Amino acid sequence: MGRTLFDKIWDNHVVFQEKEAAHGNPSLIYVDCHLIHEVTSPQAFAGLKLRGRKVRRPDLTFATMDHNVPTTNRSIPVIEGDSAIQMHALRENCKEFGITLFDMLSPQQGIVHVIGPELGLTLPGMTIVCGDSHTSTHGAFGAFALGIGTSDVEHVLATQCLWMHKPKSLNIKFTGTINNRPGISAKDMILSTIRHIGISGGIGSVIEYSGEGISTLSMDQRMTICNMSIEGGARAGLIAPDDVTFDYIRGRPFAPSGEKLEKMIGYWESFLTTDSESCHDNSVEMDLSRLVPQVSWGTNPSMVVDVTENIPYPEEYADGNVEQEKSARRALEYMGLEPGVPITKINIDRVFIGSCTNARLEDLIDASSMLEGRTVSSRVNAMVVPGSQSVKRAAEERGIDKVFKKAGFDWRESGCSMCLGMNPDILAPKQRCASTSNRNFEGRQGFGGRTHLVSPIMAAAAAVEGKFVDVREWF
Amino acid sequence: MKPFNFVCDKAIPLDIINVDTDQIIPKQFLKMVKKEGYGEFLFYNWRYRDNGTLSNDFVLNDKRYAGRRILLTRDNFGSGSSREHAVWALRDFGVIVLIAPSFADIFYSNCFKNGILPIQLERQEVEFLFKNSENEDFMVDLDKQKIVCRDQSFSFLINGFHKRMLMQGLDEIGLTVELESAIREYESKRGKLTSV
Repeated sequence: MGRTLFDKIWDNHVVFQEKEAAHGNPSLIYVDCHLIHEVTSPQAFAGLKLRGRKVRRPDLTFATMDHNVPTTNRSIPVIEGDSAIQMHALRENCKEFGITLFDMLSPQQGIVHVIGPELGLTLPGMTIVCGDSHTSTHGAFGAFALGIGTSDVEHVLATQCLWMHKPKSLNIKFTGTINNRPGISAKDMILSTIRHIGISGGIGSVIEYSGEGISTLSMDQRMTICNMSIEGGARAGLIAPDDVTFDYIRGRPFAPSGEKLEKMIGYWESFLTTDSESCHDNSVEMDLSRLVPQVSWGTNPSMVVDVTENIPYPEEYADGNVEQEKSARRALEYMGLEPGVPITKINIDRVFIGSCTNARLEDLIDASSMLEGRTVSSRVNAMVVPGSQSVKRAAEERGIDKVFKKAGFDWRESGCSMCLGMNPDILAPKQRCASTSNRNFEGRQGFGGRTHLVSPIMAAAAAVEGKFVDVREWF
Repeated sequence: MKPFNFVCDKAIPLDIINVDTDQIIPKQFLKMVKKEGYGEFLFYNWRYRDNGTLSNDFVLNDKRYAGRRILLTRDNFGSGSSREHAVWALRDFGVIVLIAPSFADIFYSNCFKNGILPIQLERQEVEFLFKNSENEDFMVDLDKQKIVCRDQSFSFLINGFHKRMLMQGLDEIGLTVELESAIREYESKRGKLTSV
């Protein structure tokens, strides 16, 4: 019988399995790479110490600081006491257990899901975990990568393994391509997909993204797609590795090199594929020929419309589902929006270009290309937070920082920043933000803040106009 | 962890779909380095007004429901962020049973590691419980995998591993540590298997 890409990775990592796997017994799965950060690890280390346990494989564990770090001048000490304590704890824990740490001032610091791939820590066929739901990002390389809670972080630190029940496999196949469609981004592909399957559509599943629409994407674009798998409720996202993947990996500092790498590529190429589409438990097809730029209007990532559409009426959105209708009403009230109004009539106050979804070099290149000879609207406060120090340096070498700054954007240091507002970068109550991040939950970017999820080019255009525009008209 | 078996209590009805972990415990409370002390911040943005006083129109503040240990809610509870702080906050508040038609995966898994039982029931069964949540007791029997309310009895599914974890207060890491020889054996052949 054929196997999916996911089946193969899973089978390769089973350390132990009771005979009666069918009776609900989990498998013990080996973890190839464990990424940690300052917010979800302190209690895990405390648990280890309490029981006198050690980190089993510090050589497979890598840490950075991203959630709490300020994005302003880093030569000034972190003034928020509680953030400083978490950062200090991570520093001490990494020192005590011999874990490589990319500290706040390291030239390799950045959002954990940006630096993993960038450093070559993320490789095809791996299992990767991190105490962060957007770990699904790394699936873009054909790795089984998933977010875990702090108890599991402790479990992996102690044993390098995790007990898991095998998820199902959901194939999302994209027909057509966005490559010849100026104004359409990978972000639009994943937002429209989540709109289609719903935010719980992926529960219990690993999504494999396939089809021409995926194979024609760059790694940065593929990461945007896999990153938001969790917003569709999925355990992980996966894309079969190909030449685009292998080219990306070559020359990365932690990746193997030379003959060894080429041998591995041969293996990945022949092995890491789904034998036949019929191996998946479920399938969904997405047609890219009709895709237009997407804008979220509500308080979860499935509440999305085409930029050409109006804010929906709750009953229209809910399609007969009473609970959905109630949640749409609640969302409209929170967002301060009236149904029936074109989304392009919505004025915005802030623009955030950043996050593990959309703060890689290509995202910044795309966004800046909208800003040549244009300036940010006088009523908008706009900021760019590169995903990592490497992205920041690469952008500066190309002069992209100057384009942003000249247009009126703030050019910041790297971190999670206003995607979740754990550092001082937050929205004020009722402020409306065009954001390239991944979640528009109530209060996500700041108490009472109103988030609209969009692509980097849509965010840049919104900054200029002070409202959402159909960015296709700018090409 | 305290072993779990039988709970008989009334429920707090939280009639909202897709409750995400950002609501259960907002980000400003993720900066603590302990596992306790999150209860007072549970559903912070919904429970408190801007001036820090308790809001009247949120179900957790309703005196009728005070002290109840079962939270009854809707589809996709615990979606979004992996923050285990959400489970710590529920536990700290006193909730030990959750009932909903579905739960988000990471949240669901986090529950068992903290002595909370998440129960998935059919939508119409959840609806029945909502109708009876104000005055009726729910008898939750983990061993028999059954909830009884009035004359109705609903069975629920739970895998054996999770059930044992709760009923025996199992230390999951301790269990894995005992498999050290299997882990070593895997590691010795790992290079060949995964090519990494």
